[in-house]
Amino acid sequence: MVKRYGAITAVDGFDLDVPEGTCVGLLGPNGAGKTTTMKMLTAQAIADEGELEVLGHKLPDDSKAARAECGVVPQLDNLDVTLTTEQNLLVFAHLYRIARHERRAAIEWALALANLRDRRDTRVDKLSGGMRRRLLIARALVHRPRLILLDEPTVGLDPQVRQELWALIDNLRSEGTSILMSTHYIEEAQRLADTVTIMSHGKAVAVGPPAQLVAEHAGREALEVYGPPARLTEIEATARASGARTRRTGTSVSILGGDGHGLDGERRPANLEDVFVLLTGEEIE
Amino acid sequence: MRGRLEPSALSGVLVREVVNFSSFWKSTTFSSTVQPTIYLVAFGFGFGSLVSTVDGYDYVQFVATGTVATGVLFASVFPAMFGTFVKYQFQRTYDAILAAPVDTEELVTAETLWIASRAGAYGTVPILVGIVFGLDPTWGMLTIPFIGFLAGFGWGACGIMIAAIVKSIDGFSYVSAAVLTPLFLVAGTFFPLTQLPQWAQVLGKFNPLYHCVQLVRDASFGWQGWADVGHVAVLVAFALLMWRLAIVLLQRRLID
Repeated sequence: MVKRYGAITAVDGFDLDVPEGTCVGLLGPNGAGKTTTMKMLTAQAIADEGELEVLGHKLPDDSKAARAECGVVPQLDNLDVTLTTEQNLLVFAHLYRIARHERRAAIEWALALANLRDRRDTRVDKLSGGMRRRLLIARALVHRPRLILLDEPTVGLDPQVRQELWALIDNLRSEGTSILMSTHYIEEAQRLADTVTIMSHGKAVAVGPPAQLVAEHAGREALEVYGPPARLTEIEATARASGARTRRTGTSVSILGGDGHGLDGERRPANLEDVFVLLTGEEIE
Repeated sequence: MRGRLEPSALSGVLVREVVNFSSFWKSTTFSSTVQPTIYLVAFGFGFGSLVSTVDGYDYVQFVATGTVATGVLFASVFPAMFGTFVKYQFQRTYDAILAAPVDTEELVTAETLWIASRAGAYGTVPILVGIVFGLDPTWGMLTIPFIGFLAGFGWGACGIMIAAIVKSIDGFSYVSAAVLTPLFLVAGTFFPLTQLPQWAQVLGKFNPLYHCVQLVRDASFGWQGWADVGHVAVLVAFALLMWRLAIVLLQRRLID
């Protein structure tokens, strides 16, 4: 699919497949086209070229039928803050057309899932950041969607809250729900996704299970060499001259592939972050 | 525009509004009641002591019915403008609603129906206040909520359309000063159009609020046959035009 905004091509010939019952991670730096891709799947952005099919429904013509079976967790919190937890779920039980006699049970199920039963009567503006995020997820699940679209589900949250949400998402996948999750947290993709698509400038630059991507692009191990900035520049030059790939890791240089080229440093297993930086570039735009 | 208006999509959006209304109905009801009362008292005593009859009506009759129309305007165009802008720009509510099985056409229609209902209800307040101040109740006044609903639908959709056009919330200042204030005054609300220069009288006839005022007066003090059919026709045309424009323009704003 292709999506242009004026002269900018946000999504540029991007292919994506989410096999049923799996979790696909969309990994990419800010501005790679992840959110635009998500918006196209709910017909909130219309593709300029290409074909989209969600749960057997062709977009954008049948997008309403597709949306009825999807749950969307947006990047920006858009809960109704003056309403209570339960009222927020009630509104979405109506918007997602849950039958009258099933509404009560669906709301209770969602409250339990998000561990918010004690907070049912609390106004949203009185909830903590983690609770709001859990409610946002519960709201997307109240109608038991077959596919969940998670746009940066844990951005800006404490590590504890993040882990709690990972457990929740993992649980959903184990129950057979298909998940498409965009993230720029490497660890999130590595832990949750069955397959990862790395996106850069609107294109897919690598697709595969996290472990396979690491093996393919970064090898087994990395050598991390520490030193002052001038020394790091030298090391980079030496390693590159002998054909190895390197990346800066803040205070150190990681040398990928080969045996370290006679340099001293700490050996560590290569990881998805190495692949990410190698493929999407070191410079921040 | 493709698709059709599905009742379950409309009711979903309406449920959201009704549940939200339960958290702020007191302030809205307060302002919708106090504002027309002040107008009635101020104009009623202020001008009422200078003029006894206007266009053949007692001044209290003239002002109470004129205030119905302004009540409808204030209860529709302003909540629609600010509500719509806040819901798509600040709260991102419309992103969430359009991710559900609801299309822009249904969203706009449901929001407008809700605003029109509120305008119909709040529009009757000035008449009730007027009765307290000595206005004689008539059977025809029972149609006022429906007139308020019809006019409120047009003005509500107009407010959504304005919100879909403005670049920032400051844009509303220009619209209220340059568009809404003259419309609100040049409508025969507090003084009759016949006092104005010829060109303003002609322009006034194009003002939907003028037709709302006339209809409320005729409903209260005696129907005027085809003239009232004409007023209804103008309000229906205004409502349809604004409704379709609001859909097209908000769709452009919400869907990339």
